[in-house]
Amino acid sequence: MRCIITGGNVKVLGKAIHSLSRVGDELYVEPLQDGLSLRAVNTSRSAYACFLFAPLFFQQYQPGGQGSGSVAETVRCKVLMKSFLAVFRSLPSLEKTVEKCLISLSPRASRLRVQLHCKYGVTKTHDLSFQECESLQAVFDTEQCAHTLRALPRLLVDAVVHFPLTLAEVTLEVSQGGRVNFRSYVEEETEPSRMMVTELCLSEDEFQAFHVQQETRVTFCLKEFRGLLSFAESTSLPLSIHFDAPGRPAVFALEDSLLQVHLVLATLSEPDGSSQATNGTPCPFAPAYDFTGDDIDSYMIAMETTTCNDTGRTKQLPSPTFPLRCTSPNPGQTDSDQEGAVPGTPPQKKFRSLFFGSLLSQSQSLSHAEPSQEVLAEDSEGEA
Amino acid sequence: MRFRAKIVDIGCLNHFTRVINTIAKLAKTCTLRLTVDKLYFILADKVANGGVSMWCELSQGNFFDEFQMEGVAAETNEIYLELTPENLARALKTAQNAKAVKIKLTNKHCPCLTVAVELPSLSSSSRIVTHDIPVGVIPRKLWNDFREPSVPDFDVSIYLPVLKTMKSVVERMKNLSNYIVIEANLNGEMNLKIETDLVSVTTHFKDLGNPPWVLEDGSQTSTQERDPESMAEARIDIRKLLQLLAGQQVIPTKALCNIVSNRMVHFILLHDDVSLQYFIPAHS
Repeated sequence: MRCIITGGNVKVLGKAIHSLSRVGDELYVEPLQDGLSLRAVNTSRSAYACFLFAPLFFQQYQPGGQGSGSVAETVRCKVLMKSFLAVFRSLPSLEKTVEKCLISLSPRASRLRVQLHCKYGVTKTHDLSFQECESLQAVFDTEQCAHTLRALPRLLVDAVVHFPLTLAEVTLEVSQGGRVNFRSYVEEETEPSRMMVTELCLSEDEFQAFHVQQETRVTFCLKEFRGLLSFAESTSLPLSIHFDAPGRPAVFALEDSLLQVHLVLATLSEPDGSSQATNGTPCPFAPAYDFTGDDIDSYMIAMETTTCNDTGRTKQLPSPTFPLRCTSPNPGQTDSDQEGAVPGTPPQKKFRSLFFGSLLSQSQSLSHAEPSQEVLAEDSEGEA
Repeated sequence: MRFRAKIVDIGCLNHFTRVINTIAKLAKTCTLRLTVDKLYFILADKVANGGVSMWCELSQGNFFDEFQMEGVAAETNEIYLELTPENLARALKTAQNAKAVKIKLTNKHCPCLTVAVELPSLSSSSRIVTHDIPVGVIPRKLWNDFREPSVPDFDVSIYLPVLKTMKSVVERMKNLSNYIVIEANLNGEMNLKIETDLVSVTTHFKDLGNPPWVLEDGSQTSTQERDPESMAEARIDIRKLLQLLAGQQVIPTKALCNIVSNRMVHFILLHDDVSLQYFIPAHS
C-alpha cells in the first residue's frame, strides 16, 4: 500500500487520528480497494470507530503494493495508537508546515512508513513497527435502527459543551413529540446528593432529520462521542445518529464522497420494566419546559414536606433489587467473535460489548434508597 | 421554603459568574444564605478548613431582575443551603451567552438548586439547559454556626498593594516556603517575608496608607496609641493567601487587611456591590 495525501487533507487525516485515539490504543490500518480504512476499538469493546478515506481523498492511492489490484499482496496491520498519534500530534503545525504526507506499507518491509514532506525541503520520516492482523469489523446495521437523528455537528457540540468533562456517560432521550434531551447519566452507585445533573433540551426544528418511532432513551459514553464531534465540526458534515432500544449499539455516521466515518458505541441496557426510577433521576420529560411560562407556583416547589408519603414520592422510592433482562447474544453477534483479533477485556460498565454481546452484572443493590428528606423534617422540629 | 431568581442582563450575569468563580476557588463547600435583600456565601471556621473562614455578601438587587424567596417562617425569612460552589460555577459557565438564567430551589431526587439557562437556538424555540445542583438544607438549629464574624481587635490595619503585584510576589515565595509572614505598621508599610534555613526573602511595600477605623462610640481605635513604626506580624499558610489572591477576577475598589499579632490576618475586599472577608489563622 502506498498513498500520498496533500494540502488540507493532511490535517483532516490528523484530526481523524486524534478522534480515533479517543477510542482505542491500537490503530488498525487496512488498505481496501475502495479506500484506506483506519479503525480502532476500545479494550472493553464497547466502542468502535472506522474512518474510510476514499481513493479520491488521496493524490495517489495504491492499495495493493506494487502490482495494483492484486488482493493477495494486501497487508492489514495494527500499530500503536500512541506512536501514530505522535506523528500528527500538533494539528496547527501540521497545517502550517506539512505539504505532503506519504504512507507506505509493504508486506516485505517490517515497518509502516509515514513521511511528512514539510516546507523548506524538510522531510520527516517515521517508521512505525506494526503487527499483522485480521480485519477488525464491528457488526452493525444502521438500516435496522429504529430511530435516526441528523444534525450539523455544531448543534451537538453546543449541546455537549454543557456537560462537565468528568462526566462519563450521557443519556439521549427522544420523544415523538419532537423533543431531544441530553441528560447526565447518574450511576446507580452514586449518591444523588453528590452529583450535579445537567439536562439539555433541543427541539426537533434544530435537526435536519428527525425520525423517531417511539419514545426512547439510550445512554452512551461521552468521551468517544466528543472525539468524533471535534472531527465532525472541522468537516461541517451533517452527523447522523442511528439508535434503537437501550442495549443496542448506537451508530454515529458522517459521510461524503471522500470520507465515511462510523462510530459505534454500546449503549447501556436498561433493567426490565420501568426504567424511570432506576438511575436516580426524576421522571423523564419533566424539565424546565416552562421556562417562558412564568407560572410561579408551578415551579416554586415547597420543600417543607415532613412526611414522605405523598404519592409522587413513594413511586420514586426504588426497590432494593431489580430483575435484569438477560438477552442472550443474538447469532449475528456471536459470529463476530472470530473477527475480533484483540483479546477482549471485560466491559467496565454494564455496556454490552459490540462483539461479544457480553452481559452486565446481574446483581446490583441500591443503597441510597433513602431520600434526603430527614433534614427537612428537622427544620420543622425546630419550630416547636 | 421557596426561592427563585432570574438574571436577564448579561452584565449582571457576568458579574455574578465572576463572584461565584471567586468563591469556588476559595471554598470546596460553603453555605449559601438567602435573605430578602442579600445573598451570603459563608465558610465557617472549622478545623477541616484549616481554620480559614470566609464571608461574602452581595445585594441581590444589583444582580437579579427577579428575586423571590420565602423562608421557613415569616419571622425567620431566611434559607441556609449547603452548596458546592464549583458546581454553581460550572453551571454558570455554560450560560455565557444566555438570554436569561433562572436559579430556583427545587425538590428533585434531592433538594437542588436548579439553574435553568435559556440559550439562543437555530429554531424559534430556545434551547434550555438545566443544571440540578444538589444542596443540603441546613436546619434552623444550626444557623448559629453561620453568624457574621466580627472585625477582630486588630493591632494594625493597612490597605493592600495592587493584588496582582502581591500575587506575583507570593507566587514566587510559595516555591520556597510553606509559610509567609505578613507584617505591617501604622506608617503604611507592609512586608511579606519568608524565612527558611537556607534563605530569607522580604518584599517591602510602603506608602500604603492605614484605613481609619472608628469605633461605635465615636472614638478612634486603640491602634492610635501604637508606635507607628512598630510592626505587627502574623505567620500564615502561604497557599491560603495565594488562594485568595489568585481567585480575584475583578479588581476590588478597596482591599485591606487587619493583622492581629500572631493570631490571624483578616482580609477585606470591597467591590461596589460585593464584599468579601477572609480570615486566615496564624501559625506559631
